[in-house]
Amino acid sequence: MHLGVRVQSEDFSVAAEYDALRRRLSGQAGAVACFVGLVRDLHATQPVAAEPVQSLHLEHYPGMTERSIEAIARKAEARWPLLDLLVIHRVGTLAPEAQIVYVQVASSHRAAAFAACEFVMDYLKTDAVFWKREDTAGGSRWVEATTADRVRISDWQAGRHDAS
Amino acid sequence: MKVAVRFFASLRDAAGTAALELQLPANAEFDALLQALESELAPGALQALLADNVRLARNQDLISPPFALADGDEIAFLPPVTGG
Repeated sequence: MHLGVRVQSEDFSVAAEYDALRRRLSGQAGAVACFVGLVRDLHATQPVAAEPVQSLHLEHYPGMTERSIEAIARKAEARWPLLDLLVIHRVGTLAPEAQIVYVQVASSHRAAAFAACEFVMDYLKTDAVFWKREDTAGGSRWVEATTADRVRISDWQAGRHDAS
Repeated sequence: MKVAVRFFASLRDAAGTAALELQLPANAEFDALLQALESELAPGALQALLADNVRLARNQDLISPPFALADGDEIAFLPPVTGG
């Protein structure tokens, strides 16, 4: 499997990454799944008291962060027959609607591409070494980890996604 | 021996610093690092570092106490991650 992991402050271009993938791929690949995460402009966890988020700040631990993503990629590779996997995660200060994360998976068949793309995104939420801070007019707060994200990981571990 | 300590995200706010360097006796264990931190940091900061959901890394690998420290180690205090 060709693996790419990039942690960067710059934006990324889905078109450019997809074109680069097409050039790397052989005729074996029958499916490419792509996911883009965007910065929402509301407090996700406090809809009632929602206050516009002026910017989202992402912090990481250089070195450990990249290795945490590589570990997730290896887990996915062990589970599905993947040909190519790219993860781009941005850090620094991001405005609402900005692109924040990109996962691109190529496989021979769509089931593996869809599943692995979702699997990698779910594990990025719980295992990748990043921290988000929401900056609003009223102050800043570090985003808290959610139970829902951990439940999705339990589901992968129990094979419940595979059954659906 | 010298041990570097790093604090991330909310724990950096709690510690009031991103990093500091501690001078510890040779063969010191993690407990000795905590004692040194208690005297270095503002009152109450240590409590935040010891919360149940805080994870530790030694030289960028997750680790659980107790463990021995070595000269040049980098110990990081990591709050629950929220990437993706």
